Amino acid sequence: MANGRLAQVLERHRAQLSSDWIREQTADGVLRDTRIDEAELRGQCDEFLALLVRATLEGGTNVSGPAFAPVRDMLERMARWRGERGFTPSQTALFVLSLKKPIFSRIRVDFEREPGALFQEIWRATELIDSLALLTTEAFQRGREAVIARQQAEMLELSTPVVKLWEGILALPLIGTLDSARTQTVMETLLQRVVETGSEIVIIDITGVPTVDTLVAQHLLKTVSAARLMGVECIISGVRPQIAQTIVHLGVALSDVITKANLADAFKLALSKRGMGIGARTGGV
Amino acid sequence: MVVVRRAALEIRREEDMVRVRRSVRQWADELGFGLVDQTKLVTAASELSRNALVHGGGGTVVFEALEDGPRRGLRLTFTDEGPGIPDVELALSDGYTTGSGLGFGLGGAKRLVNEFSIESRRGAGTRVVMTRWK
Amino acid sequence: MDRIPILKMGAFLLVTIQVDMHDRLAMALQDDLSNKIVETGARGVLIDISSLEMVDSFIGRMIANIASVARVLDAETVVVGMRPAVAITLVELGLSLHGVRTALDVERGMELLETALADGPR
Repeated sequence: MANGRLAQVLERHRAQLSSDWIREQTADGVLRDTRIDEAELRGQCDEFLALLVRATLEGGTNVSGPAFAPVRDMLERMARWRGERGFTPSQTALFVLSLKKPIFSRIRVDFEREPGALFQEIWRATELIDSLALLTTEAFQRGREAVIARQQAEMLELSTPVVKLWEGILALPLIGTLDSARTQTVMETLLQRVVETGSEIVIIDITGVPTVDTLVAQHLLKTVSAARLMGVECIISGVRPQIAQTIVHLGVALSDVITKANLADAFKLALSKRGMGIGARTGGV
Repeated sequence: MVVVRRAALEIRREEDMVRVRRSVRQWADELGFGLVDQTKLVTAASELSRNALVHGGGGTVVFEALEDGPRRGLRLTFTDEGPGIPDVELALSDGYTTGSGLGFGLGGAKRLVNEFSIESRRGAGTRVVMTRWK
Repeated sequence: MDRIPILKMGAFLLVTIQVDMHDRLAMALQDDLSNKIVETGARGVLIDISSLEMVDSFIGRMIANIASVARVLDAETVVVGMRPAVAITLVELGLSLHGVRTALDVERGMELLETALADGPR
């Protein structure tokens, strides 16, 4: 099988390939920074070569086949690892691409007397390395996307501060709009705080919510219902006249929810519900 | 999209529903789903196991852990060989009930996941596939 | 068959659900509780679900039924200790258990029952 010849080249010259390859990469300046030391690089190279030899012996150059699964896994891990350490996409792809020259040299020596086979194997090696480099770039990209998704989730959590106003009273100042993903985070954060603080009243202030359409109103209502299921009463404050009109117009069932124009009124109501109140000190000054 | 892991459970008795719920919880936890997402998956699975048991006379559920780029998901496929659902549209609407539940079973389960589909033919059983992504 | 224990606490009954309930157990609880209300003349029922990791539409209906039946038998029901994840899921499922009183924990549930009974028409 013609496929087998490239695999044999890789297997026969593995040690030589490894040292040539590492020299290629150090020449390209990867080691000049502190993100990776030589031992780590050697470890990655040796592991990759061992996996590559096994994969090509079993599966030729079909990189998407089952024989290449360990190679693909390793590239995925390597690409993510480099991505996390701040390597650029090209620096990451170079890991694979810099293996080309050492392989070509070995093929040239082995097939000196067979020009036809020489050309064919060099072509095969080019295809193999290029597809692996593509896989690496894709894996790198996926790693980046995962980081972005994680940061988005973290920002979502940061954007829902729950403040304890008084013993038993929490406030949730909402800023920006409510979609279903954010609603879930808001509910989760709010109800968790309810459990931690043993609060029985929550004021949801929507002064910072620019528009309330049917969807936003429904999400608000869900939050109120979930809190009620736990035995917590909600007051919605910061209802501007325009929002009040929208709510009535949309026919959203916010009727069984207490609403107040501003946070101060809501707080006063919350205090009185807990049997407390705010008043001027008599006989003062 | 790749199926990373697959397993199946039988739903023959009420105790099996409890086993399905526990397994879903465990799979969802291992896939890194948060507590709320886990609960949504377990609840949807509970609705559908009951459906398979009560209306389908028993069936199976297949668990599949999915990977699609950076996304991870859990796909559950419920199959029964019961009489089938005559009107799927109607069965999905809130308030529809055949006696055991508040009528939020199927429609409610649909709201708890990201992807949901029903195939049902009279006399040939029902197959519900649902997926929640992390 | 397993049964969920019902405790008598003064004028109230306390049910603590600690197992992963299957449907027959839920049905049995409904029957047992109605009988116990009549038997003891209890004025209030506390259902502690803080151990429940999931409430689906069946268990939701069971809870709503208990509350309705209890009301007919002249007793108030309070569901206490629902976990946040369970509450969020129930709302998404479409169940908001209107007409069922709720409280954060058993202690507050008792207070709620006491005020409800003091304010009541009797």
